[in-house]
Amino acid sequence: MTALVSTARTAGKDRGTAVRVEGVSKRFRLYQERNQTLKAAMMRGGRATYEDFWALRDVSFEIPTGGVFGLIGQNGSGKSTLLKCMARILTPDEGRITVDGKISALLELGAGFHQELSGRENVYLNGSILGLTRKEIDRKFDEIVDFAGLDHFIDTPVKNYSSGMYVRLGFSVAINVDPDVLLVDEVLAVGDEAFQRKCDEKFADLRDAGKTIVVVSHSLSTVRTMCDEAAWLEHGVVKEIGVPGLLIEKYVENTHVERVAAEHGGSQWGSGEARVEKVELLDEHGAPVLRVRAGAPATLRFHYQTQGPIVKPVFGFGIHRIDGTHATGVNSRETIVPDRIEGTGHVDFAMASLPLVQGSYDVTVAVVDDSNLHTFDYRTKALRFDVGSGRPREAEGVFAIDGRWSFED
Amino acid sequence: MTTLAEYRASRELLGNLTQRELRGKYKRSALGWAWSLINPLALALMFTFVFGVVFQARLAPVGNTDLEGITAYPLFLLCGLLPWAFLANGVNGGIGALVANSNLVKKVYFPREILLGANTLALLVSLLIEMSVLGVALLLFGNIWLQFLPLILVVIALQSVFVTGIGLLLSALNVYFRDVQHFVGIGLQLWFYATPVIYPITLLDNIADREFLGISLLTFYKLNPMTAFVEMYHQMLFFLQWPDWELFLYATFCSFAMLAFGLYVFKKLEPRFAEEL
Repeated sequence: MTALVSTARTAGKDRGTAVRVEGVSKRFRLYQERNQTLKAAMMRGGRATYEDFWALRDVSFEIPTGGVFGLIGQNGSGKSTLLKCMARILTPDEGRITVDGKISALLELGAGFHQELSGRENVYLNGSILGLTRKEIDRKFDEIVDFAGLDHFIDTPVKNYSSGMYVRLGFSVAINVDPDVLLVDEVLAVGDEAFQRKCDEKFADLRDAGKTIVVVSHSLSTVRTMCDEAAWLEHGVVKEIGVPGLLIEKYVENTHVERVAAEHGGSQWGSGEARVEKVELLDEHGAPVLRVRAGAPATLRFHYQTQGPIVKPVFGFGIHRIDGTHATGVNSRETIVPDRIEGTGHVDFAMASLPLVQGSYDVTVAVVDDSNLHTFDYRTKALRFDVGSGRPREAEGVFAIDGRWSFED
Repeated sequence: MTTLAEYRASRELLGNLTQRELRGKYKRSALGWAWSLINPLALALMFTFVFGVVFQARLAPVGNTDLEGITAYPLFLLCGLLPWAFLANGVNGGIGALVANSNLVKKVYFPREILLGANTLALLVSLLIEMSVLGVALLLFGNIWLQFLPLILVVIALQSVFVTGIGLLLSALNVYFRDVQHFVGIGLQLWFYATPVIYPITLLDNIADREFLGISLLTFYKLNPMTAFVEMYHQMLFFLQWPDWELFLYATFCSFAMLAFGLYVFKKLEPRFAEEL
């Protein structure tokens, strides 16, 4: 999801309530053995063995009218269940949800498309499923087809559509319902770049028109850039509600998987006269850590051990994002080359502020001779560490460019 | 709770879902809509052959009709067979209405009853076409039934209510117990032979004096609401006489009772449809 340009946050005052969630609990039955046949039901005296699982427990909050509201939480935290309850697909066991205005849910795109029918017929069918009248669809038909970019294929049966076309048409119908409250579940990432941009614009339009959008997403950056407010759910309970920036920070802090210094499948080669035994990441206080904030001071420390004296060794390291993107690589040749090292010791690389954006990174380290012809040691993935959000809080790409904004009339 | 306003708003959806059923049904088949007629015609031919030719049964119905000979039986048969097919298809389609549309039920909110309504409506359209063809055939053979047209339409409407009621009941149960559809397969067979579709009800006069628990077997037989429906169609279309009013009242009662019961069960089970499917 590319970032929405619109960053104007509506003031939290003078707004009504779009969705009111009051004491909502939802129980699912986890069947050990499901009585889906009558025989099974009768043999067990009508009782299936199941356990109750509370997907939501006494959830209460209000979503103000206008703006984008995010729901975040880990898998199984109940956020999708809550969204389905709002969409009235699921019925809460306790409590109630009141929605002010017309509601539309983007839970699955193209749900209810009939394979044998043409795109045109499906637009009308799907539109009416989503609550549009024939007249409204007539009026919006061109816009819908145009938005989906399907002019030539609109009279082709949808079974001949590519999955991209199918989803685009589904999205296009759903977004054109013109709801007061739009519920979106993880479907933002459909289509190619160009379609993405159109979607973003559409969301921005809705938001500018004072509509309410409720988004469930795993993509924290989506929530961060889109939402005015967010709720964090954990095990079916609302943990906290607040401004996305701070909330996400706490959320990440809280749910961050503690990284144990472990091998990450790196490889090692070299002649072995000198070896890097260990790579450490130190925070501003000099304590070894596996997680630092973006923009915070940090030091990389390389512990070495040699067999005999090594003349003019050059230390170098590279940092890769865990998806393999090469973020940076530097060596000590141009700055400082010690005449000789022997035994054990360490070399430090200190950074006044770590320029990486949040994410996980691997460190590759090498010790070579001055001529760069001889490699003593080369270790990939010698250390894996995480960068949390810090300064800047919002950044994309690999590294956070340093600079200063200024504005003059 | 689904409100009346919502039903009104869903009228278009009902129309569109009905169209989807109708269009989807015969898409990509060369004969298309003709199948809707071929099926009952084939059945009529088959029964005529088995009972009229093989068994040499004296099935030619007697009564206020000019029809006789070899044409009488197939026409008589179709008068009951078409409404029966409406019921049977309605029940079979109704059972699967929720399960077959589970992707919709799980992802979009709309009054779920609409699915059953669309099922009935789509079949009703087929029935009306089939009945029109039969009606023309009857006229060509000299059975002038047109004076009964308004009442026939009322009876068809009543039967639609009845079929929808059964559909609501069975579709909801089928979400929880998939055996329902198998039971119903057998049940429909029994029901078919317990209804005077392929034979005239007068054939049963000989069981009128047999009793069970002090009640005539014929009375039990007539408790079957489909007997009332089929009899009314026979009386009006074939025998050209006004139906017995007690049949009409009984059919009316059964239809609305079935709808109320079906709707009650449906509403009871509805809250968990999305998660049980």
